[in-house]
Amino acid sequence: MYDLIILFVLLSLGYVFGQIAEKRHFRSIIKRESEYQSILTFAKRFPLNNDGEQRAELVGGNVVISVDYFKRFVAALRNLVGGRVTAYESLLERARREALLRMKAEARKKGLNTIVNVKLETASITKGNKNQVGAVEVYAYGTGLLSNH
Amino acid sequence: MIVTNIEIVPGRQVVKHLGMVQGNTVRSKHVGRDLMAGFKNIFGGELVGYTELLTESREEAVDRMKQQAEAIGANAILNVRFSTSSVAAGAAELFAYGTAVVLE
Repeated sequence: MYDLIILFVLLSLGYVFGQIAEKRHFRSIIKRESEYQSILTFAKRFPLNNDGEQRAELVGGNVVISVDYFKRFVAALRNLVGGRVTAYESLLERARREALLRMKAEARKKGLNTIVNVKLETASITKGNKNQVGAVEVYAYGTGLLSNH
Repeated sequence: MIVTNIEIVPGRQVVKHLGMVQGNTVRSKHVGRDLMAGFKNIFGGELVGYTELLTESREEAVDRMKQQAEAIGANAILNVRFSTSSVAAGAAELFAYGTAVVLE
């Protein structure tokens, strides 16, 4: 009985705080994305114009984000029937957009305005742990250039 | 030392290729960080301790790669890649590798 009560308390705590945190995070992401719009990012390997660029530096940003208790519970239920796990989709979207923003922030700090060859790497750092945390790490990196586009 | 993850450095010519250089580090998180992660496990959100840990480790891997490149007389590393693997429960390996070259 007590176990059930604890479960419900954890679920509701996770739901309330998780939703608040996620909404706040998305608002902040959208705000910063418009702030860093002037920094162009490309997934292609070569810069726009090959001459004139003087500086090239590696820039990167990473973030580790965890899901809340409620979402993990929902995902576990979803595991039984299969299909789209929306609980984890938003987690990965947040992590990727945040990592890209941090990469752009580093580029701006170094005075660069273009990033080419952007790579995204995802790692689940706590895999294999017994009491595992449902957390994901995303690292975004690329070559920052100062270009006169 | 110029580090890029493309095959060239814009505006510079490669004089000599020196082969692959690499740097790695294996890090484990400590109990305090794990405790905080346990709380975040309920509420969700960013695990700042882990983010910092991985940032530091990646910097160290890159530093080791740069040292190796310096030792063989390179002044740039091109085509750098990162890779992460979990070797054991609670520990992660961060690995950086690239091609050491001499630029004019």
